[in-house]
Amino acid sequence: MTDVLLKVDDVRKEFPTHSKEVVQAVAGVSLEVHKGETLGLVGETGCGKSSLARCMAHLYDVTSGSVWFEGQEITKLSRKAMRPLRRDVQVIFQDPYGSLNPRRRVGSIIGDPFAIHGIASGNERKKKVQELMELVGLNPEHYNRFPAEFSGGQRQRIGVARALALRPKLVICDEPVSALDVSIQAQIINLLSDLQREFDLTYVFISHDLSVVRHVSDRIAVMYLGKIVELAPTSELFGQTRHPYTRALLSALPVADPDTADSREQIILGGDIPSATNPPTGCRFHTRCPKARLDCTAEEPVLEPVLTDKPDHRTACFYPLTVGEDLSTAVPDLKAS
Amino acid sequence: MAMFLIRRIGHGILVLWLISVAVFALFFVAPSNVAQTLAGRQGTPETIALIKHRLGLDLPVWQQYLHFLGNAVKGNLGYDYYHQVPVTHIIGQALPITVSLALGAAVLWLALGVFNGVISATHPRSLADRGLTLFALFFYSFPSFLLGLLLLYFLYFRLTLSGFGWFPAGGYAPLAGGIGPWFQHLLLPWVALALLLAATYTRLTRGSMLDVLGEDYIRTARSKGIRESRVVVVHGLRSALTPVVTQFGIDLGQLIGGVVVTETVFSLPGLGQTAVTAINQQDLPVIIGIVLFASAAVVVANILVDIGYAVLDPRVRLH
Amino acid sequence: MTSAIEMVDVLDEPRAIEGRSPFSLALRRLRKDKVAMISLAVIVLIVLMAILAPVFAAVTGHPPNEQYRDLGLTPDGLPRGPNGTFWLGTDDLGRDVLVRIAYGARISLLVGVIATAITVVIGVVLGLAAGFLGGITDTILARLIDVVLSVPFLLVAIALVSVTGPSLTVTVLVIGCFSWASVARIVRGQVLSLREREFVEAARSLGAGDRRIMFVDVLPNVIAPVIVYTTLLIPVVIVTQATLSFLGLGLPPPTPDWGGMISESQNYYTTAWWFILFPGLALLVTTLAFNLFGDGVRDAFDPRADRT
Repeated sequence: MTDVLLKVDDVRKEFPTHSKEVVQAVAGVSLEVHKGETLGLVGETGCGKSSLARCMAHLYDVTSGSVWFEGQEITKLSRKAMRPLRRDVQVIFQDPYGSLNPRRRVGSIIGDPFAIHGIASGNERKKKVQELMELVGLNPEHYNRFPAEFSGGQRQRIGVARALALRPKLVICDEPVSALDVSIQAQIINLLSDLQREFDLTYVFISHDLSVVRHVSDRIAVMYLGKIVELAPTSELFGQTRHPYTRALLSALPVADPDTADSREQIILGGDIPSATNPPTGCRFHTRCPKARLDCTAEEPVLEPVLTDKPDHRTACFYPLTVGEDLSTAVPDLKAS
Repeated sequence: MAMFLIRRIGHGILVLWLISVAVFALFFVAPSNVAQTLAGRQGTPETIALIKHRLGLDLPVWQQYLHFLGNAVKGNLGYDYYHQVPVTHIIGQALPITVSLALGAAVLWLALGVFNGVISATHPRSLADRGLTLFALFFYSFPSFLLGLLLLYFLYFRLTLSGFGWFPAGGYAPLAGGIGPWFQHLLLPWVALALLLAATYTRLTRGSMLDVLGEDYIRTARSKGIRESRVVVVHGLRSALTPVVTQFGIDLGQLIGGVVVTETVFSLPGLGQTAVTAINQQDLPVIIGIVLFASAAVVVANILVDIGYAVLDPRVRLH
Repeated sequence: MTSAIEMVDVLDEPRAIEGRSPFSLALRRLRKDKVAMISLAVIVLIVLMAILAPVFAAVTGHPPNEQYRDLGLTPDGLPRGPNGTFWLGTDDLGRDVLVRIAYGARISLLVGVIATAITVVIGVVLGLAAGFLGGITDTILARLIDVVLSVPFLLVAIALVSVTGPSLTVTVLVIGCFSWASVARIVRGQVLSLREREFVEAARSLGAGDRRIMFVDVLPNVIAPVIVYTTLLIPVVIVTQATLSFLGLGLPPPTPDWGGMISESQNYYTTAWWFILFPGLALLVTTLAFNLFGDGVRDAFDPRADRT
């Protein structure tokens, strides 16, 4: 059994709104991140993946549940107590324009971790920063430039350099390439892979783009409206999809060959994503699920392996898909059970 | 909306209360020889003590404050030390003068400022624009007392010498005595006050109009063939005036306390001058009364401005 | 590092500007602004006049507080106009107006700079604290700001000075204690919006504490509007000090001070125009120069094509 680096145990995160309602961003998520792997976290906008990421990094205080890092519970730690652990858990943010302070020089930004934790100063810090810049593919001569003088892809490299400064164990990548042009995305993804190999890193890779996640992840968790609906090793997620939502996501992926594209099943989900303040009863996906039945409205399904699956492939569905099942012809029937 | 109003008013009351505490505390730090002055040179220690007792000055500070607060809530701001005239009465006498001054000047500066600002904005970088901008900058830098004095010099003194003695040297003629004299006495003070603020409003209006006129919906209006004057006035001015009106509310509120200088230069016995006299005489109830009144004016003005905002922009109400 | 990481390719080449901070860009723009540069020159001249005031006294041979009752006043006891001995005339006590104006510059500039400095430091620190720390700190500070801004400044200033007696220190303190609130309000507003920016979150994820984030991350983003406001605040402070002086609350006589001189000239404006004109002109030119320069600074930091 590989080491569990990070464990999330039934975490919920709610945000208050102006009215009495709350937004249930994360509605009971449990999972484990193993050392050395890349866990992909996938879902559409608003499914709670970014909130979950921030709960994992203890940037948010969870509403309930617990988060464990290397066997130690970090959920209740004070900011001061959390500080030394911040060297081990780092975040790469989505927005290359917002995540860097526009009024600070790049060398200073990358040098922040050293300054904050009192590790190096002066010339020694500069040297380390320049090493990092070279590592991520930036010209170390640009030490004194401002973020505005770099392109989006380069800024993301700066973010990577900053995250890697103290050689963390776990890096949470919150949509690191979503804001970049496609040609640059490949560069950054390759950079991240190379760095993972070189420094023995563990990644949690968040994205809304399944094709990107497929490329980098060992295991993938699919999220919908604050809950994980399917969790499996990558090949199994694509080869033996069990959850209708996952299948719908897959069917929307662009396929290069026009003939294959025409002949595959098209699953178009009806309706909009329900509101996170007032989620549907029972299985949260039932309002849009092509296979919904009456009991899907009553109880919430538990994330557990389907009978014939291995224990590391878990699905939260009462009527998981069988191999070869054609979902495009399914019709929901909420009166029958 | 009601919640918003209640919260704002509650906030305003809190601010006023804090001010009353601060002002009261301030004056009790100061050595006061009011009783001495009232007793006169022949005053014996007994007389002084008696006066002190009569005015309530021998009570501990916090007791005096509570006494004051209790009365104030009922609408009684106390009596002045020297003549036992109710402070509310004193304020009532001085208020019409200050209000005449403030409102008259307000109309003048608003009209002048907005008009100039619009002209400037609709003809950017033209001679008129540059001239008006320079004009605005010049008067914006002019200290108010200096402007008042210079106006007196040129329009009163010089003009009177040349035989055209229309402007008086100062003083106030109540409205009851006829509009003519009232107007005559207030014109110079109005101009002194208004020129300065008109300059600020010219700059403000110009900037705001320029921002608005660059918006897409103005371009749409023009492309629809609407007459330019209509575009500017009906479509442009409506949004451009929002920051101007906001500033106007705030300025008007602060004016009540801010006309001290103008009143002094032109010898107008308004709230400002009355307060200065009271300060010189250490007439505490009058000082506190006027300061509170002026602060209340600011607070009320701010509340009205906030309400205006909430009416115009529903998002504010949710906050 | 022997890893196979692609080097930056041509498409990714950074623009060829080297380390241009927003400040050096603004400075370049300012230097090209002719009006601002002329105003700066005028300001420098005024500063020089203040520093070299003793030179004025030496050259004319008239110390600032020396009363020349025979030479400086007419037989009726009225001030003399500009002549060969007194280049800008004399005041009601026979003192040299020119020399007093030069010394008066010292007061105006001193108060202008010191009071503004106090105001800005207090305002920025409190505004940062209120906006960033939030919670009870913010509630208290925001209320305090409201109170200070609602109080009628002139009235209370008059009252305060009448209690303590006029002096340079009191003037500076009074002005400073009221003006900080507007600075704090502006800074607080800026900080409230900056607080939600992702780079602040990034700093937290690195383990940075509140104080570090406030001063290292937030402050540099707030400095630009603060600088603009400061340069525009100085003339306001100068005029305020002159106004207080005019109302008799400035420095105790016989210290020369522009506002005080104008106040003294009130009774003589019919007979001695130079007595009010020259100090008035000095005040006006100083204020104008600072305002024009301040406008230039504002435009340099926030250039918009439409603004002249």
